[in-house]
Amino acid sequence: MDPLPLLVAVPLLAGFVLPLAPKHRIRLTDFFALVTSAALVALAIAALRQPDCAYHVGGWGPRAGGPPLGITLVLDGASKLMVLIIAVVTFAVILYSPSYMARFTGKRKFYSLFFLMVAGMNGVVLTGDMFNLFVFLEIASIASYALVAFGCEKQELEASFRYLVLGSIASYMILLGVGLLYAKMGTVNMAHLSSKIAAAGGLAGAGPVTEAGKASALLIFATTLFICGLGLKAALVPFHAWLPDAHPSAPTPISAMLSGLLIKAIGVYALTRVLFTVIGMSDVGTPTLCNLIMVLGILSMVGGGFLAIGQQDFKRLLAYSSISQVGYVILGIGLATPLGIAAGLFHLLNHAIFKSLLFLNAGAVEYRTGTRRLDEMGGLNKRMPATGATSFVGSMSIAGVPPFNGFFSKLLIILACVAAGRYVFASIAVVVSVITLGYFLKVQKQAFFGALKDKWQHVREVPTMMAASMILLALLCLATSALMFKGPRDFFLGHAQRSFTQRQRYVDRVMRPTTADARESTERMD
Amino acid sequence: MVYLLCLIVFSIGIYGVLTQRNLIKIILSLAVAESAVNIFLVLLGYRTKGIAPIDDGTAANFAGAAVDPLPQAMVLTAIVIGLGVLALSMVIAIRLYHRYGTYDITKIRKLRG
Repeated sequence: MDPLPLLVAVPLLAGFVLPLAPKHRIRLTDFFALVTSAALVALAIAALRQPDCAYHVGGWGPRAGGPPLGITLVLDGASKLMVLIIAVVTFAVILYSPSYMARFTGKRKFYSLFFLMVAGMNGVVLTGDMFNLFVFLEIASIASYALVAFGCEKQELEASFRYLVLGSIASYMILLGVGLLYAKMGTVNMAHLSSKIAAAGGLAGAGPVTEAGKASALLIFATTLFICGLGLKAALVPFHAWLPDAHPSAPTPISAMLSGLLIKAIGVYALTRVLFTVIGMSDVGTPTLCNLIMVLGILSMVGGGFLAIGQQDFKRLLAYSSISQVGYVILGIGLATPLGIAAGLFHLLNHAIFKSLLFLNAGAVEYRTGTRRLDEMGGLNKRMPATGATSFVGSMSIAGVPPFNGFFSKLLIILACVAAGRYVFASIAVVVSVITLGYFLKVQKQAFFGALKDKWQHVREVPTMMAASMILLALLCLATSALMFKGPRDFFLGHAQRSFTQRQRYVDRVMRPTTADARESTERMD
Repeated sequence: MVYLLCLIVFSIGIYGVLTQRNLIKIILSLAVAESAVNIFLVLLGYRTKGIAPIDDGTAANFAGAAVDPLPQAMVLTAIVIGLGVLALSMVIAIRLYHRYGTYDITKIRKLRG
């Protein structure tokens, strides 16, 4: 079986079938959710072993050198990486959910929305079509608006409404951008657009005088719309206002999904895909665009970092720190050098793991103590050893302490900045890293170390499944450090990075006329 | 020229979202912005005196005379998505009203920015 359409179809099906389960057999629903997410991991691994390929939905492939007629799903290094991250974090979160969500009513609806969101994210990552990108983006977004409001308390509703309004504006901007591209280029297929834009000279030939100059001016307008729209979805700093409300308000498994995956899949990844593959940021000499992206990254890093220091709410602190860490990713990607992109993607992978881990930790503490305020906690290590130990791993990873994964990805980003001659950006990255260490030491000190407060004398460790999920993620924090070594680095990051920098390969892969089996046997390791 | 009009309507929608205080009016402004984008998409495929893009074999020079069907298909999808968003935002607004007893956004201030 071809894993490509299944990666979207399986969670979509699960999303609609799970709520049909009988209400009193909630254990059964939990079990099926777990099976579905395990199947997603298996599919993601199967996809990883495949050669890069394109799948033409409904068989509407390219005919005789023309563009593909229908929707295309494309599997390349970057989408393989993203699909794997999504599957692994989803699995860990599903493992965590049954106990945590037991206090909410409507658990089946939770699973339904959850898998719809996963389907949307997988779709965004795999699609090779601009309009389809918008559709999947909306599937993921609408599910996430509803999930933020899941508890139906005052704060949650308010956060969800704000998120919905800003998210919708972002979506309309993206749709407008897609419309503009279609108006000028006459196609919405990414590969076809890419070759047409390259033929038109890309962003470089801007100028109102000639007809090509007009096309290029429109292209700049479309690019701006994409940066605003997708930047809003990714919560980059001038567009970040919704995130610190929305992410902490959601139920914890969802906070972990939103901060760990959603802002990356539908924000950072989609932005990178559009900028590199469609607009051609790497091969057209566009220093302005690169600088703009890097400045957005720096603003997010610094802004998120400083705002995180003062927070007393555990989850809110984590939300601000997400903004800051996504800034690192964007900085790396904005460099547009192979090393920079690889480093950015490495940090994206790491952040997905440790930020979901930290959110799950925060949820575990809340589950047993009922508070999210750091100053009310204290000495929890003595009562909750698994939570304490895993949160220590998570904090040290995000702060960039060796031997955890965060250290290596930040190191790579800083090295990439230095190699590109961006010394100021490199030093800012170092400073923000120290700030990150500062506020995570505060978390550790206030919540987990020190004397145990009297009122927490009878706190117990969380249920086994929740602990297992956190331990799994903590182990991954250590394991992904291995991506620093040459073999795995080339396999994952090199491969992913090349899918952004080598635009022509992407075009060739999609535009190749379909044969009977449509499968390429070459290009196994790119 | 007509395209510019779409942009103006879109901007009116965004302006409404930014300035209105009533939740329902904010949602309506969102709807205005969304319609502007949809109209823009439909206009992209418009052709003066175009025929419906159904090839029944009677029209000579079909490809030259028919309007572009692709934006129409896209707009249908976009309208359905827009409906979903509007329905969800209405539900949230109603729930907010139950909790706070008001639609005024300035009175709904639990979260610090």
